[in-house]
Amino acid sequence: MTDVAHGHASSTGISNVKLGMWAFLGSECLLFGGLISTYMLYRGRVSGGPRPSQIFDIPFTSVSSFVLLMSSLTMVLAVSAAHKDDDRKTNLWLTVTALLGATFVGGQVYEFTAFYKEGLGFSTSLFGSSFYTLTGFHGVHVTVGIIMLMSLVGILKRSTVPGKKAEVVEMIGLYWHFVDVVWIIIFTLVYLIPV
Amino acid sequence: MAIIERPAPTVPAIVTPTSTYGLLKRPVSTTGWRSWVFTVDHKKLGIMYAATAMFFFIVGGVEALLIRLQLAAPNGKVLNADLYNQMFTMHATTMVFLFVMPMAAGFANYFVPLQIGARDVAFPRLNAFGFWAFLFGGIFLNLAWFLGGAADGGWFMYAPNSGPVFSPSNGVDFWALGLQITGIASLTGAINLIITVLNMRAPGMTLMKMPLFTWMITVVQFLLLFAVPVITVALFLLSFQRNFGAQFFDVAAGADPLLWQHLFWIFGHPEVYILILPSFGIVSEVLPVFSRKPLFGYPFVVFSGAAIGFVGWGVWAHHMFASGLGPVSVAVFSLTTMAIAVPTGVKIINWTLTMWGGKLWFTTAMKFSIGLIVLFTVGGLSGVTHAVAPSDTQQTDTYYIVAHFHYVLFGGAVLGIFSGFYYWWPKVFGKMLNEKIGSWNFWLMIIGLNMTFGPMHILGLQGQPRRMYQWTEARAGEGFFNLAFWNLVASIGSFILTVGILMFLINVVVTARNPNKAPLDPWNARSLEWMTSNPPKEHNFDVIPTVHHLDEFFHQKFEEDEATHTMKQVKTAEEIMAEQERNADKHIHMPSPSYWPIVLAFGLPIITFGVIYSHLISVVGGVIVLFASYGWALESSTAPDSDFENNTPGTGLDKVAANHD
Repeated sequence: MTDVAHGHASSTGISNVKLGMWAFLGSECLLFGGLISTYMLYRGRVSGGPRPSQIFDIPFTSVSSFVLLMSSLTMVLAVSAAHKDDDRKTNLWLTVTALLGATFVGGQVYEFTAFYKEGLGFSTSLFGSSFYTLTGFHGVHVTVGIIMLMSLVGILKRSTVPGKKAEVVEMIGLYWHFVDVVWIIIFTLVYLIPV
Repeated sequence: MAIIERPAPTVPAIVTPTSTYGLLKRPVSTTGWRSWVFTVDHKKLGIMYAATAMFFFIVGGVEALLIRLQLAAPNGKVLNADLYNQMFTMHATTMVFLFVMPMAAGFANYFVPLQIGARDVAFPRLNAFGFWAFLFGGIFLNLAWFLGGAADGGWFMYAPNSGPVFSPSNGVDFWALGLQITGIASLTGAINLIITVLNMRAPGMTLMKMPLFTWMITVVQFLLLFAVPVITVALFLLSFQRNFGAQFFDVAAGADPLLWQHLFWIFGHPEVYILILPSFGIVSEVLPVFSRKPLFGYPFVVFSGAAIGFVGWGVWAHHMFASGLGPVSVAVFSLTTMAIAVPTGVKIINWTLTMWGGKLWFTTAMKFSIGLIVLFTVGGLSGVTHAVAPSDTQQTDTYYIVAHFHYVLFGGAVLGIFSGFYYWWPKVFGKMLNEKIGSWNFWLMIIGLNMTFGPMHILGLQGQPRRMYQWTEARAGEGFFNLAFWNLVASIGSFILTVGILMFLINVVVTARNPNKAPLDPWNARSLEWMTSNPPKEHNFDVIPTVHHLDEFFHQKFEEDEATHTMKQVKTAEEIMAEQERNADKHIHMPSPSYWPIVLAFGLPIITFGVIYSHLISVVGGVIVLFASYGWALESSTAPDSDFENNTPGTGLDKVAANHD
């Protein structure tokens, strides 16, 4: 029964790590659900500060959203390469994914700075507090994803990853895709739908 | 860590760590405190969870006694108003988050893998991390007592009362951040147990052959998985407001204080099922064993438990009937609240019919289970009166509510937990708890809790509000229903209850000193956890059982006689054990101990400490967390085979390592 302890055989046929990540993402849905609800409740309450329509730069954010979505494509390529045991390509695509993610986070930092200069601070209004909290939480998730991707590249190079490589790459891929999907929802609700 | 080779199962594993992870080599102790602190064994962690929860039960109990002392007589002088607020806040927080939840986690950790015929959980290190995060979170929460005063806004911490204006001490900060840490513990625990149940069942154990306790724990873990992130959001909003200047609950800025109430109760109502369902699982194990009958209507009990889990998400606003939600919301939530009484009633009926016609054996475990059925029903009925919104509007924020939730939580959850103690003690410690002291334990608790919480119905209907730190003679009223008399009865009752609980602690000491070992199968039990030694070996089962029936162990012992249609014994537990030992699996590598769970968990309170005092401290905590994460990721859960080489020759273990693979 060593197999079960190592996570190879399982009652569902899905490995423990992958099923565990699915469960975690289920929980994350409720986390973002709570944050999005808070934003939707407060987005019109600007109390003298800037209104959403006054500061949002839709073309800019559309481009950075596109960059983030493309990173899902490169993540798929990384998982596919990992399943073929092609370490060189796996590393390449993981690095590209991390770079695209970093571009997105860079865009968010730029955007936050611009909004702050235009008068929207964290304490300016309920809109400000809930906007920065929601998008900030998402940004932190992307950043954690980037750290995991880069760590994975380092670990794969030393080939000391415990367990099956492809499973680990796929598990982190699940997280990455989830974070992208959440952004689609946030982008639509926060930026595209007018208050 | 252990590598187990027959016929010498007691030889400690000899392991040499061959690689370093982060800065540390794997811990190897199999004895002494190190074998506990760095363990990933679900059984040791289960005991650690339960022991810590018991400690916090005593802390919360002392807080409760101080409250009852204060209210025993008019113009109580034991506590001042401020301290009284802290006392009832921390009493509830401790009992909910640091006693009942981790106690259930302890039972779940210990028995779920055994009940499904597994050797360990899906993520042993995550399991250890969960325990340490709970312990450090609990300590962090209580640190506030010594650093300027504990939280004082009630366990629901309604906004805007929780803001800096009304709660200027750091108590609420400690509360919000401490609950984040215990929330992380609950979340990792939930993921771990869900995957364990979904993925690691013994061959043949379909979901509908799982013991009821495992089923109820599974439902609870799903509730935790989805409820914890909601309180996480609420706590983040609160911390951001108090520590970083956000405005979420600042009414002057146009905030809506109902946001907190919604977020809190969307978590908070599933939370009450998180508290009670493990005990429902325990009594569903205990009643069939001591009625010597299978559980009546097993699928109904399973599905009513799952139904409670689902409907539990649609009733949260009944905590908010007095907040002016509007007639439609109130009507909808009234109806859903009445509806959730149905699956609960189904369970009560099934338990009663399990006992009906059975050969009842009134052990202490059985008595506690019957106590749960009776007293939970009392609490359930007062709960239905809350579903009726006009009636609830009268009862809101009175002692009637206090009476209700103590009947369901003490009369329900806690009695179930005590039933579990008496039922499973021989399994965990190999000794039987004393039945005579157990009887005192049971009856004193029953008398004490009815004396304490029963009069609160009267106090509440007479209008005594919750959370008032004093009452006065002038407003106590006269006649049979006067507040003075019933407050005194409740306070005396709380001390009888305390003596009852002390009886349990005395019983533990008496049992520990008693040299007699428990028989292998003292209760003639039915489920897989009894199909191994007392206490179980580190690897749980010599042979992973193959399951053919619900109540597999019972069906291995008994077969139906074709002619008379009665069950007759074909094997004893000892024979089944001997058979297993003969066919024991060899070369079992169990998950290895690790430093990383405790190191990672230790980083969390440092981060939160820094949020309150200095962000520099948070950076230190963050570095610890990052460092531990890398050590964790680089270390495999089970030591590599190379670690098992170069063992002392002559023990036979060196050959095992060489033969492996």
